Amino acid sequence: MEKFTTLTAVAAPFPRKNVDTDTIIRIERCTGTPKEELGQYAFEMARKDPDFVLDQPRYRDAAILVCGEFFGTGSSREMAVWALAGIGIRCLIAPSFGQIFLANCFQNGLLPIVLPAAEVDALMRQAEDGRPFEIDLQRQTVNGTLGFEIGARRKRMLLEGLDEVGLTLALEPRIAAFQAADRERRPWVYAGVSNAHRRAE
Amino acid sequence: MGGRTLFDKVWDAHVVEDLGDGEQLLHVDRHLLHELSGHRGQLEIARRGLKMRNPELALGTLDHVVSTAPGRRGAPFAERIVATFRAESAKAGLRVHDFGDDGQGIVHVVGPELGFTLPGVLLVCGDSHTCTHGALGALAWGIGTSELVHVLATQAIVQAKPRTMRVRFDGLPARGVGAKDMILALIGRLGTAGGVGYAVEYAGEAIRALAIEGRMTVCNLSIELGAKIGMVAPDRKTFDYVHGRTYAPAGALWDQALAHWRSLPSDADARFDAEHALDCSTLAPQVTWGTSPEDVIGVDGVVPDAKPEALEYMGLAKGRAIAGTKVDRVFIGSCTNARLPDLREAAGVARGRRVAPHVKAWVVPGSQRVKREAEAEGLDEVFRAAGFEWREPGCSMCVGANGELVEPKARCVSTSNRNFVGRQGPQARTHLASPATAAASAIAGEIADARRL
Ligand code: SF4
Repeated sequence: MEKFTTLTAVAAPFPRKNVDTDTIIRIERCTGTPKEELGQYAFEMARKDPDFVLDQPRYRDAAILVCGEFFGTGSSREMAVWALAGIGIRCLIAPSFGQIFLANCFQNGLLPIVLPAAEVDALMRQAEDGRPFEIDLQRQTVNGTLGFEIGARRKRMLLEGLDEVGLTLALEPRIAAFQAADRERRPWVYAGVSNAHRRAE
Repeated sequence: MGGRTLFDKVWDAHVVEDLGDGEQLLHVDRHLLHELSGHRGQLEIARRGLKMRNPELALGTLDHVVSTAPGRRGAPFAERIVATFRAESAKAGLRVHDFGDDGQGIVHVVGPELGFTLPGVLLVCGDSHTCTHGALGALAWGIGTSELVHVLATQAIVQAKPRTMRVRFDGLPARGVGAKDMILALIGRLGTAGGVGYAVEYAGEAIRALAIEGRMTVCNLSIELGAKIGMVAPDRKTFDYVHGRTYAPAGALWDQALAHWRSLPSDADARFDAEHALDCSTLAPQVTWGTSPEDVIGVDGVVPDAKPEALEYMGLAKGRAIAGTKVDRVFIGSCTNARLPDLREAAGVARGRRVAPHVKAWVVPGSQRVKREAEAEGLDEVFRAAGFEWREPGCSMCVGANGELVEPKARCVSTSNRNFVGRQGPQARTHLASPATAAASAIAGEIADARRL
């Protein structure tokens, strides 16, 4: 996974609330388009509007999106995050995010920052001015002074570009031990689908 | 020590390792795969040279991209996805319920129906409506592709513990008002971000009174409340529902499971981080007017003066009664409302009546089993006689991944769960409602109150 340490970039203002992942990437693009090609379809329908923010020259190189409340609601499609990554977005700032979308961001080296609505509003105005933002993950700051929260583990994963599957595979003995003990406690779980019994009850 | 919630009890039973910082590694007891997100995960795991760790704790089915037309010839892209899913599943030893099999259908219909979903298990699936399975007292949520790969490889998932919320549905809804109306009304009240960061437990008299299928409808829309997880405490009805199903424990294992399940309901003194209550006795059937599930009113209500962009998209004028709005399409289906009781509810309205000539109305059963059982009761005949199309199981027009779409600017009353801009097709206008309201609207040719038909 690509590391995230610091980022200095233009931020695009995207104040719309409740932007769902269907809007970020249409379902037709989720059924066959390779991950690397999804960027061209990000916000496909919204882009029919010639004034769409990401198509304005000053925001073409935006790597940050300042978003309205509850960005990324809806479908679990990770293609939404891949599409955003495909147009160069590395960081999103919003008062709240869809929970599955949030998890998907962390899996792909994108930094989602949750800030109180008033602070997001102030950043929205700064984004409208076109002044670049500075994000520092190590210090957990936006523009030097504005602090944000992030879990220590998620932070380390982003800073070092760690892959969660690799980390968990290193815990394989713990998983095996859990299953061994759990088989005693809850043997009915482990019957699984291996001994399906069709009974005439 | 205070009492524990249902959520706490199920969560705690699955902790493999505390990763610090509020995150825990949890054991996944049940992993459901469908061809669309499933095949992507399978290809990725193959690419990385990894193996599926516990195929016996997983199950696959076909729903998202498969055609639901009688005879089903899928589009080439769909054929490719299904072929990949079949081949990778065979390699991994993953059991897949394919066409012609009772277990082919929408993942969230099939899991409970086969007894794969059980009370007290931790279940995940690469689909946001996995919250549906909480209706049986399972801890279940939707995951993205990367998490899906993680589960395939490790049979575990990393998660930060959410806060807990309890919603009490008090009183009993009137005749003609049901599970879909209850949960839509709640989302209308709390908003689509009302549940962000919470695991929700639904409780109260009206939940107890619901059949398991109705509880699934309620839990299904948890994600539309912003919550990844929605649960109902298992009770006698739950145990009766699970007993004897294909993958449910039997014999001595059943007795052990039952003893465990009986200990799961929240303790009387359990504390929740948030509590809400909703009186069901005064509810009308609900219908959405906008482009978010929170944009909801009673079917006897008036389009509000709000969200002008949404009204424009929907082609509605503020201040006008929502009933009487002309519709073009009706879709009865999806993981929200495509189970046998849903089809009975719709058929009850359709029986002896005719779909309005300008309306194209579809019934898409949730699974092959639902379809078979509905046909055994003659529901297919009721629908056909009324002019509905009776189709094969799948997700269909809920998301249109298989190309089954609502035409631009056409208006559809749908029993599904999302009315987002473009959800059912570019420029399609979706009104979410119950099976009864959808059927009544098909007959009337306009949004209609089934109680007044
Ligand atoms: S029916 Fe709709 S919401 Fe349910 S799993 Fe299928 S596409 Fe998703």
